[in-house]
Amino acid sequence: MPMDAYEPTLFELDHKGKGRIWFSEPEGTSPVDELLPQDALRNAPLNFPVVSEPEVVRHFTRLSRRNFSIDSGFYPLGSCTMKYNPKVNDALSQLPGFIGLHPESGQEVSQGTLRLMVEIQQYLADLTGMAGVTLNPCAGAHGEMCGMMLIKAYHDDRGDKRSIVLSPDSSHGTNPASAAMAGYKTIELKSGPDGCVDIEELKNHLNEDVAAVMLTNPNTLGLFEKDILEIQRLAHDAGALLYYDGANLNAIAGIARPGDMGFNVVHFNLHKTFATPHGGGGPGSGPVGVCEKLLPYLPVPIIGEENGTYTITRKSEKSIGQLSTFFGNVGVVLRAYIYMRMLGIEGIRNNSFNAVLNARYMLKQLKDTIPPEIEGDCMHEFVLTLKDHERFGDLNTMAMAKNLLDRGFHAPTVYFPLIVKEAMMIEPTETESKRTLDAFVDAVKEIIEEYKTNPEHVLHAPHQTPVRRLDEVTAARKPELVYAD
Amino acid sequence: MDFIPHTQEEFLDMLREVGLENRNDLFRTIPEQLHHPDIPFPEPMTELEIGDLMHAAAEANRGAKMPSFLGGGAYDHYTPHAIPALVSRSEFITAYTPYQPEVSQGTLQAIFEFQTFMSRLTGMDTANASVYDGASALAEAALMSCRITRKNKVAVSSSINPHYLRVMKTYLEAPGIEWVEIPCSEGVTDIKQLKSIVNEDFAACFVQNPNYFGNLEPVDEFRSAISAPKCLLGAVVYPHSLGLLKPPGDWDADIVVGDLQSLGMPVQFGGPFAGFVSCKQKHVRQLPGRLVGRTKDVDGKTGYVLTLQTREQHIRRSKATSNICTNQGLCALMATIYMSLMGPDGLRQAAETSVRNAHKLQKRLCDIDGVTMAFDKPFFNEFVINLPMPVESFIDTARELGLLSGIHIKSTESAGNDGLLVCATEKTKADDIEFYIDVLTRILE
Repeated sequence: MPMDAYEPTLFELDHKGKGRIWFSEPEGTSPVDELLPQDALRNAPLNFPVVSEPEVVRHFTRLSRRNFSIDSGFYPLGSCTMKYNPKVNDALSQLPGFIGLHPESGQEVSQGTLRLMVEIQQYLADLTGMAGVTLNPCAGAHGEMCGMMLIKAYHDDRGDKRSIVLSPDSSHGTNPASAAMAGYKTIELKSGPDGCVDIEELKNHLNEDVAAVMLTNPNTLGLFEKDILEIQRLAHDAGALLYYDGANLNAIAGIARPGDMGFNVVHFNLHKTFATPHGGGGPGSGPVGVCEKLLPYLPVPIIGEENGTYTITRKSEKSIGQLSTFFGNVGVVLRAYIYMRMLGIEGIRNNSFNAVLNARYMLKQLKDTIPPEIEGDCMHEFVLTLKDHERFGDLNTMAMAKNLLDRGFHAPTVYFPLIVKEAMMIEPTETESKRTLDAFVDAVKEIIEEYKTNPEHVLHAPHQTPVRRLDEVTAARKPELVYAD
Repeated sequence: MDFIPHTQEEFLDMLREVGLENRNDLFRTIPEQLHHPDIPFPEPMTELEIGDLMHAAAEANRGAKMPSFLGGGAYDHYTPHAIPALVSRSEFITAYTPYQPEVSQGTLQAIFEFQTFMSRLTGMDTANASVYDGASALAEAALMSCRITRKNKVAVSSSINPHYLRVMKTYLEAPGIEWVEIPCSEGVTDIKQLKSIVNEDFAACFVQNPNYFGNLEPVDEFRSAISAPKCLLGAVVYPHSLGLLKPPGDWDADIVVGDLQSLGMPVQFGGPFAGFVSCKQKHVRQLPGRLVGRTKDVDGKTGYVLTLQTREQHIRRSKATSNICTNQGLCALMATIYMSLMGPDGLRQAAETSVRNAHKLQKRLCDIDGVTMAFDKPFFNEFVINLPMPVESFIDTARELGLLSGIHIKSTESAGNDGLLVCATEKTKADDIEFYIDVLTRILE
């Protein structure tokens, strides 16, 4: 079966007719039409396809083969930290004792999971220099929203009405969107020529209406905010709190702590820094750490410990409230727990050294071929730009990305951060070998060379993928979102 | 070595290659005073050692082994073995959001199929690619209804899962959206109260069927009870029930939300689960989260892409319909495979078996002296009973005897007496029911 053959949707595989028997009729019970009123039931049978198990398994196996994944190749998606996801995390987090535990079982009979949750809260707090951590948010953006709400609760509690959040124009799109969910208006700070926060720009916008300054550090250009201590002093002097977007924590975990830099709130992306699988777009997990003065506002339920018993506390006077149905994505948290315990602090620190070294090595190999937006010591990722039209002609970032797909690599993050034209953001992570990094560098160079001799071919890539460039304009103009018979 | 390929020699070679001597030089842009934090941390463990630790922790979850009659938003339904076999494929589990569609057709087509399944299951035109859980789905739908109608107030039935209501409250408080609870009467939404409360100031009115108490709501009455023509009708559903029950599309709901956990996912201490939002076509541009559309490639081949992305945070930033980025992709895939395997008949069988087991259990429990139904209403696979003793102490004592008997429903939640919410599914065994009867009888004696 060629990889590029059309795979019918399940709805086209419909045999119609009668399906398999999954459950025997329970003994000693009446049929449903004697138990439920007729007008509560479906008028027409459910319009689902009837497909046999062998066909379902083959269908999804074939679909899986049309996916790129970390296990199949290099995935240098900047700011997404696509590192290897150890199999041990999946296996041990899915023991029957974990996945069979109902969230309403009661703390008395849930001590195993609760203990691991209390411990990882402590590890995450210690790792970032925070006073307390909640595991409830289900993803990074959920954590950001939680953090913004904590900040709002803190100011409101003091009778200090503030309405503005400042964040750099290089920030992740979730930052202003999360601030908006908490009811804040975001003002974007223009980055300085060195790619970092411009102190004068910050001073101009800081005032008594600013609730928080939201930063990613290292920032999305892969640069450590060199003036971080000055930034924190200015922000705090203006009465604002400092928020740390943990998307890039993989650069500095164990090396330097956001808490020591003056950050008041931190969110983690366990699916980035702590190697839990991304699952094709979740589930992730976005714990939030806070400094001492924000502890009273943490969301409920709160998982804690009293005299050797692990506890669930559902009420807390000043809490922002509840953020997820139960306790967040516990299955993801357990994976991160396993990972952290295996590595220990020296292992986590070693990750940071290797993540940064790999990025630095690639940057050195690539910068004469494609220039970085900003010269300087990158951390775990870096941003190159193909904006020099005289030098690169029509070979833009999109074309580069698609040619990399043809050569068996996932593309870097492209056209982000928004402040860089023709941006290509590369994050190799620590789990890639030198051989892989070299192969990627060679591929980029080959593409540049091939463009000189065969530009049409390069500009119309990809050619080797299951489908080629897709018509996104028509897809958005006339959205076809469900299969119609 | 752990999960890092470089040997010490390779590391040092590469370090020299970038012109550095010492590994700490990699971080010279970080101010010196921030270096070398003292971080307390347990010693590293081998794979073998962490295995022992995790097995011991799993063992300490005594509740996982007990016969359980717990529901309330997390249900112990049957998971066919094909689901874990397929979703643990590396190509699904170690991929990310399909930003490069040409190499993500597997994930994209599966989401397209998911959207189709969910629209058919709920009787809506379309559905999004998932949100965090059922509670956040309700919260997002409430915000969505305010965007659609440009109003700042929603009504919610107090028979909706209280966890969902609390999460919704958290989401609505920040942007200053008002919410009003419609009281219950006899374990279902009080239609008279609904009529008098909901007026043209409301963006939407949300109800849940079957409701938190397991009761079937008077679904056919809701639309006509909302006198304001622009006020939307929102439904919270239990996807498992829709193999059997009339879908919200048939009672003219505009937005439908729920949790996908009942479609093939374990209870796993409450997460990861996944929420969904489905809606009528005209509201699609206000949906939160990812959407996949079908299109053609340059050679005319069918393919799939993320679409209507101008709703989303990475394009629209602070003006996005939601801040959601990473959602619950793998859970939505599990639900998709579940619905594929079950088909219309399997889903109906699962729902019917749950209903029949629950009614069998209910009859046996209520045969015991002093045990009565809290409400005289048709119910699905959960129901509330009243006991001739304090509910909380019954739950605790039963747990000590190895039975997870149900969830405490406080009188304030149900507008009735303190009750016990009891649940059965297609997995409930006759032996477990006998055990329940035995424990209950013993405690009441």
